[in-house]
Amino acid sequence: MTQARRVVITGVGAITPIGNTAQEYLSGLKNGVSGASFISAFDTEKFKTRFACEVKNFDVNQFIDRKEARRMDRFTHFALVCADEAIKDAGLDREGSFDPDRTGVIWGSGIGGLDTFLKESVEYAKGDGTPRFNPFFIPKMIADIAPGHISIKYGFRGPNFSTVSACASSTNALIDAYIMIKLGKADVVVSGGSEAAITEAGIGGFNAMQALSTRNDSPETASRPFDKDRDGFVMGEGGACLILEELEHALARGAKIYAEVAGFGLSADAHHITAPHPDGLGAANVMRYAIEDAGLSPADIDYINVHGTSTPLGDIAEVKAIQKVFGDHVYQLNISSTKSMTGHLLGGAGAVEALATVFAICHDFVPPTINHFTDDPDLDPAINFTFNKAQQRTVRAALSNTFGFGGHNASILFKKYH
Amino acid sequence: MSDIASRVKAIIVDKLGVDENEVTMEASFTNDLGADSLDTVELIMEFEKEFDIQIPDDQAENISTVGQAIEYIEKAVKG
Repeated sequence: MTQARRVVITGVGAITPIGNTAQEYLSGLKNGVSGASFISAFDTEKFKTRFACEVKNFDVNQFIDRKEARRMDRFTHFALVCADEAIKDAGLDREGSFDPDRTGVIWGSGIGGLDTFLKESVEYAKGDGTPRFNPFFIPKMIADIAPGHISIKYGFRGPNFSTVSACASSTNALIDAYIMIKLGKADVVVSGGSEAAITEAGIGGFNAMQALSTRNDSPETASRPFDKDRDGFVMGEGGACLILEELEHALARGAKIYAEVAGFGLSADAHHITAPHPDGLGAANVMRYAIEDAGLSPADIDYINVHGTSTPLGDIAEVKAIQKVFGDHVYQLNISSTKSMTGHLLGGAGAVEALATVFAICHDFVPPTINHFTDDPDLDPAINFTFNKAQQRTVRAALSNTFGFGGHNASILFKKYH
Repeated sequence: MSDIASRVKAIIVDKLGVDENEVTMEASFTNDLGADSLDTVELIMEFEKEFDIQIPDDQAENISTVGQAIEYIEKAVKG
Protein backbone atom coordinates (compact mmCIF):
# COMPACT_ATOMS: atom_id res chain seq x y z
CA MET A 1 0.00 0.00 0.00
CA THR A 2 1.28 3.46 -0.79
CA GLN A 3 2.05 5.77 2.08
CA ALA A 4 -0.72 8.20 3.07
CA ARG A 5 -0.42 11.56 1.36
CA ARG A 6 0.54 14.43 3.65
CA VAL A 7 -0.67 18.01 3.21
CA VAL A 8 1.29 21.18 3.94
CA ILE A 9 0.72 24.93 3.71
CA THR A 10 2.99 26.53 1.10
CA GLY A 11 1.55 30.00 0.64
CA VAL A 12 -0.53 32.56 2.53
CA GLY A 13 -2.38 35.77 1.81
CA ALA A 14 -4.70 38.00 3.83
CA ILE A 15 -6.79 41.11 3.73
CA THR A 16 -8.14 41.85 7.19
CA PRO A 17 -9.31 44.69 9.43
CA ILE A 18 -5.86 44.71 11.08
CA GLY A 19 -3.68 44.38 8.00
CA ASN A 20 -4.12 44.28 4.23
CA THR A 21 -1.43 41.66 3.58
CA ALA A 22 -0.35 38.50 5.42
CA GLN A 23 2.71 40.30 6.83
CA GLU A 24 0.65 43.26 8.05
CA TYR A 25 -1.86 40.86 9.56
CA LEU A 26 0.96 39.03 11.38
CA SER A 27 2.26 42.25 12.87
CA GLY A 28 -1.28 43.26 13.89
CA LEU A 29 -1.64 39.90 15.68
CA LYS A 30 1.71 40.29 17.43
CA ASN A 31 0.93 43.83 18.55
CA GLY A 32 -2.63 43.19 19.69
CA VAL A 33 -4.22 45.77 17.40
CA SER A 34 -7.97 46.42 17.33
CA GLY A 35 -9.54 46.67 13.87
CA ALA A 36 -12.75 48.27 15.12
CA SER A 37 -14.01 51.75 14.31
CA PHE A 38 -17.21 53.50 13.30
CA ILE A 39 -18.70 52.11 10.10
CA SER A 40 -17.82 54.10 6.98
CA ALA A 41 -19.69 51.89 4.49
CA PHE A 42 -23.16 53.36 5.14
CA ASP A 43 -25.07 55.80 7.32
CA THR A 44 -25.57 54.05 10.68
CA GLU A 45 -27.62 56.72 12.40
CA LYS A 46 -30.68 54.48 12.82
CA PHE A 47 -28.73 51.33 13.68
CA LYS A 48 -28.28 49.88 17.16
CA THR A 49 -24.66 49.08 16.33
CA ARG A 50 -22.68 51.80 14.57
CA PHE A 51 -19.22 50.21 14.45
CA ALA A 52 -17.46 47.20 12.96
CA CYS A 53 -14.03 45.96 11.90
CA GLU A 54 -13.76 47.19 8.32
CA VAL A 55 -10.92 46.60 5.91
CA LYS A 56 -9.25 50.00 5.60
CA ASN A 57 -7.49 51.85 2.78
CA PHE A 58 -8.58 49.28 0.23
CA ASP A 59 -8.95 50.44 -3.37
CA VAL A 60 -9.98 47.45 -5.45
CA ASN A 61 -8.96 49.16 -8.68
CA GLN A 62 -5.32 48.88 -7.62
CA PHE A 63 -5.75 45.11 -7.92
CA ILE A 64 -8.53 44.43 -10.40
CA ASP A 65 -9.46 46.16 -13.66
CA ARG A 66 -12.38 48.53 -13.11
CA LYS A 67 -14.73 46.75 -15.49
CA GLU A 68 -14.00 43.36 -13.94
CA ALA A 69 -14.28 44.71 -10.40
CA ARG A 70 -17.73 46.11 -11.15
CA ARG A 71 -18.97 42.62 -11.98
CA MET A 72 -18.03 41.32 -8.53
CA ASP A 73 -19.27 41.84 -4.99
CA ARG A 74 -16.81 43.01 -2.34
CA PHE A 75 -16.45 39.48 -0.90
CA THR A 76 -15.04 38.39 -4.27
CA HIS A 77 -12.69 41.39 -4.37
CA PHE A 78 -11.28 40.22 -1.03
CA ALA A 79 -11.02 36.64 -2.35
CA LEU A 80 -9.07 37.64 -5.46
CA VAL A 81 -6.72 39.95 -3.60
CA CYS A 82 -5.70 37.50 -0.87
CA ALA A 83 -5.60 34.54 -3.28
CA ASP A 84 -3.23 36.48 -5.54
CA GLU A 85 -0.93 37.18 -2.61
CA ALA A 86 -0.93 33.51 -1.53
CA ILE A 87 -0.41 32.18 -5.06
CA LYS A 88 2.63 34.44 -5.50
CA ASP A 89 3.90 33.59 -2.02
CA ALA A 90 3.73 29.88 -2.92
CA GLY A 91 5.51 30.48 -6.22
CA LEU A 92 2.54 29.11 -8.14
CA ASP A 93 2.70 32.06 -10.51
CA ARG A 94 5.87 30.62 -12.00
CA GLU A 95 5.58 28.89 -15.37
CA GLY A 96 5.21 25.11 -15.01
CA SER A 97 4.97 25.19 -11.21
CA PHE A 98 1.59 23.43 -11.20
CA ASP A 99 -0.55 21.11 -13.31
CA PRO A 100 -3.76 23.07 -13.97
CA ASP A 101 -5.90 19.94 -13.91
CA ARG A 102 -4.51 18.96 -10.50
CA THR A 103 -4.98 22.40 -8.92
CA GLY A 104 -8.31 23.26 -7.31
CA VAL A 105 -9.97 26.16 -5.53
CA ILE A 106 -12.24 25.54 -2.52
CA TRP A 107 -13.50 28.71 -0.89
CA GLY A 108 -15.81 29.53 1.99
CA SER A 109 -18.26 32.38 2.28
CA GLY A 110 -21.14 32.33 4.70
CA ILE A 111 -23.42 34.70 2.83
CA GLY A 112 -21.91 35.76 -0.50
CA GLY A 113 -22.92 39.10 -2.04
CA LEU A 114 -25.20 40.45 0.66
CA ASP A 115 -24.79 44.08 -0.42
CA THR A 116 -25.47 43.15 -4.05
CA PHE A 117 -28.63 41.33 -3.00
CA LEU A 118 -29.84 44.24 -0.91
CA LYS A 119 -29.20 46.92 -3.55
CA GLU A 120 -30.78 44.97 -6.41
CA SER A 121 -33.81 44.12 -4.30
CA VAL A 122 -34.24 47.76 -3.32
CA GLU A 123 -34.08 48.78 -7.01
CA TYR A 124 -36.77 46.22 -7.82
CA ALA A 125 -38.97 47.41 -4.95
CA LYS A 126 -38.80 50.98 -6.25
CA GLY A 127 -40.32 49.94 -9.59
CA ASP A 128 -43.84 48.91 -10.63
CA GLY A 129 -43.20 45.20 -10.25
CA THR A 130 -41.66 44.76 -13.71
CA PRO A 131 -38.62 42.54 -13.17
CA ARG A 132 -35.67 44.60 -14.33
CA PHE A 133 -32.73 42.92 -12.66
CA ASN A 134 -29.18 43.64 -13.67
CA PRO A 135 -27.68 40.66 -15.53
CA PHE A 136 -24.77 40.68 -13.06
CA PHE A 137 -27.10 40.46 -10.05
CA ILE A 138 -26.95 36.68 -9.72
CA PRO A 139 -23.29 36.11 -10.75
CA LYS A 140 -22.20 38.85 -8.34
CA MET A 141 -24.25 37.58 -5.44
CA ILE A 142 -23.86 33.79 -5.43
CA ALA A 143 -21.45 32.60 -2.75
CA ASP A 144 -19.64 30.17 -5.05
CA ILE A 145 -18.56 32.81 -7.55
CA ALA A 146 -15.31 33.62 -5.71
CA PRO A 147 -13.63 30.26 -6.44
CA GLY A 148 -14.99 30.56 -9.98
CA HIS A 149 -13.23 33.89 -10.48
CA ILE A 150 -9.98 32.60 -8.95
CA SER A 151 -9.98 29.60 -11.31
CA ILE A 152 -10.69 31.77 -14.34
CA LYS A 153 -7.89 34.19 -13.51
CA TYR A 154 -5.18 31.54 -13.05
CA GLY A 155 -6.49 28.61 -15.12
CA PHE A 156 -6.86 26.20 -12.18
CA ARG A 157 -9.05 23.39 -13.57
CA GLY A 158 -9.14 21.02 -10.57
CA PRO A 159 -11.98 20.66 -8.01
CA ASN A 160 -13.77 23.98 -7.60
CA PHE A 161 -16.60 24.87 -5.25
CA SER A 162 -17.71 26.79 -2.17
CA THR A 163 -18.61 25.60 1.26
CA VAL A 164 -21.40 27.19 3.29
CA SER A 165 -21.77 26.59 7.02
CA ALA A 166 -22.21 30.16 8.29
CA CYS A 167 -19.30 31.11 10.53
CA ALA A 168 -17.59 27.74 9.99
CA SER A 169 -17.66 28.09 6.16
CA SER A 170 -13.99 28.62 5.47
CA THR A 171 -12.84 26.02 7.98
CA ASN A 172 -15.02 23.63 6.00
CA ALA A 173 -13.30 24.87 2.83
CA LEU A 174 -9.84 24.17 4.26
CA ILE A 175 -10.97 20.75 5.46
CA ASP A 176 -12.42 19.88 2.04
CA ALA A 177 -9.19 21.06 0.41
CA TYR A 178 -7.25 18.78 2.76
CA ILE A 179 -9.57 15.84 1.97
CA MET A 180 -9.27 16.38 -1.81
CA ILE A 181 -5.49 16.23 -1.59
CA LYS A 182 -5.52 13.25 0.79
CA LEU A 183 -7.81 11.40 -1.61
CA GLY A 184 -5.54 12.16 -4.55
CA LYS A 185 -8.11 14.28 -6.38
CA ALA A 186 -5.76 17.28 -6.47
CA ASP A 187 -2.14 18.11 -5.62
CA VAL A 188 -2.66 21.78 -4.83
CA VAL A 189 -5.78 23.55 -3.56
CA VAL A 190 -6.11 27.30 -3.21
CA SER A 191 -8.36 27.56 -0.18
CA GLY A 192 -9.66 29.97 2.42
CA GLY A 193 -12.62 32.27 2.58
CA SER A 194 -13.92 35.80 2.53
CA GLU A 195 -16.92 37.81 3.65
CA ALA A 196 -18.24 41.33 3.19
CA ALA A 197 -21.34 41.67 5.35
CA ILE A 198 -20.79 45.13 6.85
CA THR A 199 -23.88 46.38 5.07
CA GLU A 200 -27.29 47.64 6.19
CA ALA A 201 -28.70 44.11 5.85
CA GLY A 202 -25.77 42.53 7.67
CA ILE A 203 -25.68 44.88 10.63
CA GLY A 204 -29.47 45.23 10.79
CA GLY A 205 -29.99 41.49 10.49
CA PHE A 206 -27.51 40.51 13.19
CA ASN A 207 -28.75 43.37 15.39
CA ALA A 208 -32.24 41.90 15.17
CA MET A 209 -30.84 38.66 16.60
CA GLN A 210 -29.20 40.65 19.41
CA ALA A 211 -25.94 39.03 18.38
CA LEU A 212 -23.86 42.19 17.94
CA SER A 213 -22.16 44.31 20.57
CA THR A 214 -23.79 47.72 20.95
CA ARG A 215 -20.88 49.34 22.77
CA ASN A 216 -21.04 52.45 20.57
CA ASP A 217 -19.12 54.57 23.08
CA SER A 218 -16.00 52.40 22.72
CA PRO A 219 -15.84 50.45 19.45
CA GLU A 220 -12.21 49.37 19.81
CA THR A 221 -12.86 47.64 23.16
CA ALA A 222 -16.23 46.12 22.18
CA SER A 223 -14.90 42.74 21.04
CA ARG A 224 -13.87 41.33 24.42
CA PRO A 225 -14.14 37.53 24.41
CA PHE A 226 -14.17 35.94 27.90
CA ASP A 227 -14.53 39.31 29.64
CA LYS A 228 -17.35 39.50 32.17
CA ASP A 229 -18.90 42.48 30.37
CA ARG A 230 -18.85 41.09 26.81
CA ASP A 231 -22.08 41.98 25.04
CA GLY A 232 -21.95 40.35 21.61
CA PHE A 233 -19.71 40.05 18.60
CA VAL A 234 -18.26 42.79 16.40
CA MET A 235 -18.72 42.29 12.69
CA GLY A 236 -15.53 42.01 10.65
CA GLU A 237 -14.84 41.68 6.93
CA GLY A 238 -12.04 40.52 4.66
CA GLY A 239 -10.52 37.13 4.00
CA ALA A 240 -7.48 34.92 3.94
CA CYS A 241 -6.05 32.36 1.56
CA LEU A 242 -3.92 29.32 2.34
CA ILE A 243 -2.30 27.17 -0.33
CA LEU A 244 -2.66 23.50 0.64
CA GLU A 245 -0.26 21.23 -1.18
CA GLU A 246 0.64 17.55 -1.18
CA LEU A 247 3.98 17.21 0.60
CA GLU A 248 5.96 15.43 -2.15
CA HIS A 249 4.67 17.93 -4.71
CA ALA A 250 5.81 20.80 -2.49
CA LEU A 251 9.23 19.26 -1.84
CA ALA A 252 9.78 18.47 -5.53
CA ARG A 253 9.42 22.11 -6.48
CA GLY A 254 11.34 23.40 -3.48
CA ALA A 255 8.38 25.25 -1.97
CA LYS A 256 8.71 26.79 1.49
CA ILE A 257 6.53 25.03 4.06
CA TYR A 258 4.71 26.94 6.79
CA ALA A 259 3.07 24.05 8.63
CA GLU A 260 1.36 20.72 8.14
CA VAL A 261 -2.38 20.15 8.11
CA ALA A 262 -2.71 17.11 10.31
CA GLY A 263 -6.38 16.47 10.98
CA PHE A 264 -9.90 17.78 11.37
CA GLY A 265 -13.20 17.24 13.13
CA LEU A 266 -16.75 17.98 12.00
CA SER A 267 -20.02 17.74 13.90
CA ALA A 268 -23.43 19.27 14.54
CA ASP A 269 -24.96 20.39 17.82
CA ALA A 270 -28.41 19.19 16.70
CA HIS A 271 -29.77 21.60 19.26
CA HIS A 272 -30.91 25.09 18.08
CA ILE A 273 -30.57 27.28 14.98
CA THR A 274 -28.50 29.99 16.67
CA ALA A 275 -27.81 29.09 20.31
CA PRO A 276 -24.82 26.85 21.03
CA HIS A 277 -25.30 23.59 22.90
CA PRO A 278 -25.02 24.73 26.55
CA ASP A 279 -22.34 22.15 27.39
CA GLY A 280 -20.48 22.58 24.11
CA LEU A 281 -21.24 19.01 23.11
CA GLY A 282 -20.58 19.38 19.38
CA ALA A 283 -17.62 21.66 20.02
CA ALA A 284 -15.98 19.07 22.28
CA ASN A 285 -16.52 16.38 19.68
CA VAL A 286 -14.78 18.27 16.85
CA MET A 287 -11.68 18.97 18.94
CA ARG A 288 -11.53 15.33 20.03
CA TYR A 289 -12.02 14.07 16.45
CA ALA A 290 -9.32 16.40 15.10
CA ILE A 291 -6.76 15.26 17.68
CA GLU A 292 -7.56 11.59 17.00
CA ASP A 293 -7.48 12.17 13.24
CA ALA A 294 -3.96 13.60 13.56
CA GLY A 295 -2.85 10.62 15.66
CA LEU A 296 -2.06 12.92 18.57
CA SER A 297 -3.20 13.15 22.17
CA PRO A 298 -4.60 16.26 23.92
CA ALA A 299 -1.23 16.80 25.64
CA ASP A 300 0.38 17.44 22.22
CA ILE A 301 -1.72 20.58 21.69
CA ASP A 302 -0.12 23.87 22.75
CA TYR A 303 -2.63 26.41 21.45
CA ILE A 304 -6.29 26.69 20.53
CA ASN A 305 -7.47 29.58 18.38
CA VAL A 306 -11.03 29.50 19.66
CA HIS A 307 -14.25 30.56 18.01
CA GLY A 308 -14.74 32.91 21.02
CA THR A 309 -17.01 35.50 19.44
CA SER A 310 -17.53 37.59 22.60
CA THR A 311 -21.14 36.51 23.06
CA PRO A 312 -22.33 35.68 26.60
CA LEU A 313 -23.38 32.07 25.88
CA GLY A 314 -20.97 30.98 23.17
CA ASP A 315 -17.75 31.74 25.03
CA ILE A 316 -18.82 29.75 28.09
CA ALA A 317 -19.95 26.73 26.08
CA GLU A 318 -16.66 26.59 24.19
CA VAL A 319 -14.55 26.72 27.35
CA LYS A 320 -16.65 23.94 28.88
CA ALA A 321 -15.97 21.88 25.77
CA ILE A 322 -12.21 22.54 25.99
CA GLN A 323 -12.18 21.51 29.68
CA LYS A 324 -14.02 18.32 28.81
CA VAL A 325 -11.55 17.35 26.08
CA PHE A 326 -8.29 18.45 27.68
CA GLY A 327 -8.78 17.70 31.38
CA ASP A 328 -5.79 18.97 33.37
CA HIS A 329 -3.85 19.78 30.20
CA VAL A 330 -6.17 22.80 29.86
CA TYR A 331 -3.78 24.59 32.25
CA GLN A 332 -0.80 23.96 29.95
CA LEU A 333 -2.58 25.32 26.88
CA ASN A 334 -2.75 28.79 25.49
CA ILE A 335 -6.23 29.78 24.34
CA SER A 336 -6.95 32.96 22.44
CA SER A 337 -9.67 34.60 20.41
CA THR A 338 -8.19 36.70 17.63
CA LYS A 339 -11.73 37.99 17.02
CA SER A 340 -10.91 40.42 19.81
CA MET A 341 -8.73 42.15 17.18
CA THR A 342 -10.26 41.32 13.79
CA GLY A 343 -13.91 41.16 14.76
CA HIS A 344 -15.92 38.24 13.45
CA LEU A 345 -15.48 37.70 9.71
CA LEU A 346 -18.39 35.21 9.61
CA GLY A 347 -17.66 32.87 6.69
CA GLY A 348 -14.16 34.34 6.42
CA ALA A 349 -13.37 33.71 10.10
CA GLY A 350 -12.10 30.16 9.65
CA ALA A 351 -9.55 31.25 7.07
CA VAL A 352 -8.12 34.28 8.89
CA GLU A 353 -8.01 32.31 12.14
CA ALA A 354 -6.40 29.26 10.50
CA LEU A 355 -3.75 31.67 9.23
CA ALA A 356 -3.28 33.11 12.76
CA THR A 357 -2.86 29.52 13.98
CA VAL A 358 -0.32 28.72 11.26
CA PHE A 359 1.60 31.89 12.16
CA ALA A 360 1.58 30.84 15.82
CA ILE A 361 3.21 27.54 14.84
CA CYS A 362 5.75 29.14 12.47
CA HIS A 363 6.75 31.98 14.76
CA ASP A 364 6.27 30.33 18.16
CA PHE A 365 4.00 32.96 19.61
CA VAL A 366 0.37 33.10 20.69
CA PRO A 367 -1.67 36.06 19.47
CA PRO A 368 -3.59 37.71 22.31
CA THR A 369 -7.21 38.00 23.35
CA ILE A 370 -7.23 41.79 23.68
CA ASN A 371 -9.70 43.95 25.61
CA HIS A 372 -9.67 42.03 28.84
CA PHE A 373 -10.80 44.17 31.75
CA THR A 374 -12.81 42.03 34.17
CA ASP A 375 -12.63 38.30 34.88
CA ASP A 376 -15.81 36.34 34.26
CA PRO A 377 -16.64 34.43 37.48
CA ASP A 378 -18.04 31.61 35.34
CA LEU A 379 -14.62 30.93 33.80
CA ASP A 380 -11.70 29.21 35.54
CA PRO A 381 -9.11 31.97 36.16
CA ALA A 382 -6.26 29.43 35.98
CA ILE A 383 -6.87 28.96 32.23
CA ASN A 384 -4.44 30.98 30.08
CA PHE A 385 -6.62 33.02 27.73
CA THR A 386 -3.56 35.01 26.52
CA PHE A 387 -5.21 38.20 27.70
CA ASN A 388 -4.11 41.54 26.28
CA LYS A 389 -0.54 40.70 25.15
CA ALA A 390 0.90 38.14 22.77
CA GLN A 391 2.97 35.42 24.49
CA GLN A 392 6.11 33.68 23.29
CA ARG A 393 6.01 29.90 23.52
CA THR A 394 6.79 26.88 21.39
CA VAL A 395 3.66 25.91 19.49
CA ARG A 396 4.05 22.32 18.29
CA ALA A 397 0.44 21.75 17.31
CA ALA A 398 -2.67 23.88 17.45
CA LEU A 399 -6.39 23.78 16.75
CA SER A 400 -8.54 26.38 15.05
CA ASN A 401 -12.22 26.13 16.03
CA THR A 402 -15.18 27.67 14.25
CA PHE A 403 -18.88 27.14 14.85
CA GLY A 404 -21.74 28.31 12.64
CA PHE A 405 -25.41 29.19 13.06
CA GLY A 406 -27.25 26.01 12.27
CA GLY A 407 -25.14 24.19 14.85
CA HIS A 408 -22.19 23.42 12.52
CA ASN A 409 -18.87 22.76 14.25
CA ALA A 410 -15.49 22.49 12.56
CA SER A 411 -11.99 22.22 13.96
CA ILE A 412 -8.77 21.91 11.99
CA LEU A 413 -5.42 20.86 13.40
CA PHE A 414 -2.07 22.24 12.23
CA LYS A 415 1.36 21.16 13.44
CA LYS A 416 4.98 21.97 12.81
CA TYR A 417 6.33 20.33 9.68
CA HIS A 418 9.24 18.01 10.34
CA MET B 1 -22.22 65.03 -31.65
CA SER B 2 -25.84 65.03 -30.52
CA ASP B 3 -26.75 65.04 -26.85
CA ILE B 4 -28.11 61.50 -27.19
CA ALA B 5 -24.92 60.26 -28.84
CA SER B 6 -22.73 61.70 -26.11
CA ARG B 7 -24.89 60.21 -23.34
CA VAL B 8 -24.87 56.80 -25.05
CA LYS B 9 -21.10 56.92 -25.38
CA ALA B 10 -20.68 57.92 -21.75
CA ILE B 11 -22.67 54.86 -20.65
CA ILE B 12 -20.57 52.59 -22.86
CA VAL B 13 -17.32 54.05 -21.53
CA ASP B 14 -18.52 53.58 -17.96
CA LYS B 15 -19.96 50.08 -18.26
CA LEU B 16 -17.38 48.51 -20.56
CA GLY B 17 -14.37 50.29 -19.11
CA VAL B 18 -13.12 51.35 -22.55
CA ASP B 19 -11.49 54.56 -23.78
CA GLU B 20 -13.77 57.18 -25.27
CA ASN B 21 -11.86 57.18 -28.58
CA GLU B 22 -12.57 53.46 -29.03
CA VAL B 23 -16.31 54.15 -29.01
CA THR B 24 -16.73 54.90 -32.70
CA MET B 25 -20.07 54.67 -34.51
CA GLU B 26 -18.99 51.43 -36.22
CA ALA B 27 -17.61 49.78 -33.06
CA SER B 28 -19.31 46.47 -32.21
CA PHE B 29 -19.99 45.91 -28.49
CA THR B 30 -18.85 42.29 -28.59
CA ASN B 31 -16.21 42.30 -31.36
CA ASP B 32 -14.50 45.63 -30.69
CA LEU B 33 -15.34 46.73 -27.15
CA GLY B 34 -14.91 43.42 -25.27
CA ALA B 35 -18.52 43.02 -24.14
CA ASP B 36 -19.92 39.58 -23.36
CA SER B 37 -23.58 38.60 -23.47
CA LEU B 38 -24.19 39.87 -19.92
CA ASP B 39 -22.55 43.23 -20.65
CA THR B 40 -24.77 43.64 -23.70
CA VAL B 41 -27.92 43.04 -21.65
CA GLU B 42 -26.71 45.52 -19.05
CA LEU B 43 -26.03 48.18 -21.70
CA ILE B 44 -29.56 47.88 -23.08
CA MET B 45 -30.95 48.23 -19.54
CA GLU B 46 -28.83 51.29 -18.93
CA PHE B 47 -30.04 52.87 -22.17
CA GLU B 48 -33.65 52.18 -21.13
CA LYS B 49 -33.08 53.82 -17.76
CA GLU B 50 -31.14 56.82 -19.07
CA PHE B 51 -33.66 57.67 -21.78
CA ASP B 52 -36.81 56.36 -20.08
CA ILE B 53 -37.68 54.07 -22.97
CA GLN B 54 -38.47 50.37 -23.43
CA ILE B 55 -36.36 48.34 -25.84
CA PRO B 56 -38.13 45.01 -26.52
CA ASP B 57 -35.89 41.93 -26.67
CA ASP B 58 -36.44 41.37 -30.40
CA GLN B 59 -35.31 44.94 -31.08
CA ALA B 60 -32.40 44.71 -28.66
CA GLU B 61 -31.02 41.79 -30.65
CA ASN B 62 -30.49 44.14 -33.60
CA ILE B 63 -28.45 46.64 -31.59
CA SER B 64 -24.88 45.44 -31.78
CA THR B 65 -22.91 48.60 -32.59
CA VAL B 66 -22.64 52.04 -31.07
CA GLY B 67 -24.23 53.61 -34.16
CA GLN B 68 -27.18 51.23 -34.08
CA ALA B 69 -27.81 52.07 -30.43
CA ILE B 70 -27.75 55.82 -31.06
CA GLU B 71 -29.97 55.50 -34.11
CA TYR B 72 -32.52 53.37 -32.25
CA ILE B 73 -32.61 55.66 -29.23
CA GLU B 74 -32.93 58.84 -31.30
CA LYS B 75 -36.00 57.37 -33.02
CA ALA B 76 -37.47 56.03 -29.80
CA VAL B 77 -37.06 59.31 -27.93
CA LYS B 78 -38.59 61.39 -30.74
CA GLY B 79 -41.32 58.80 -31.39
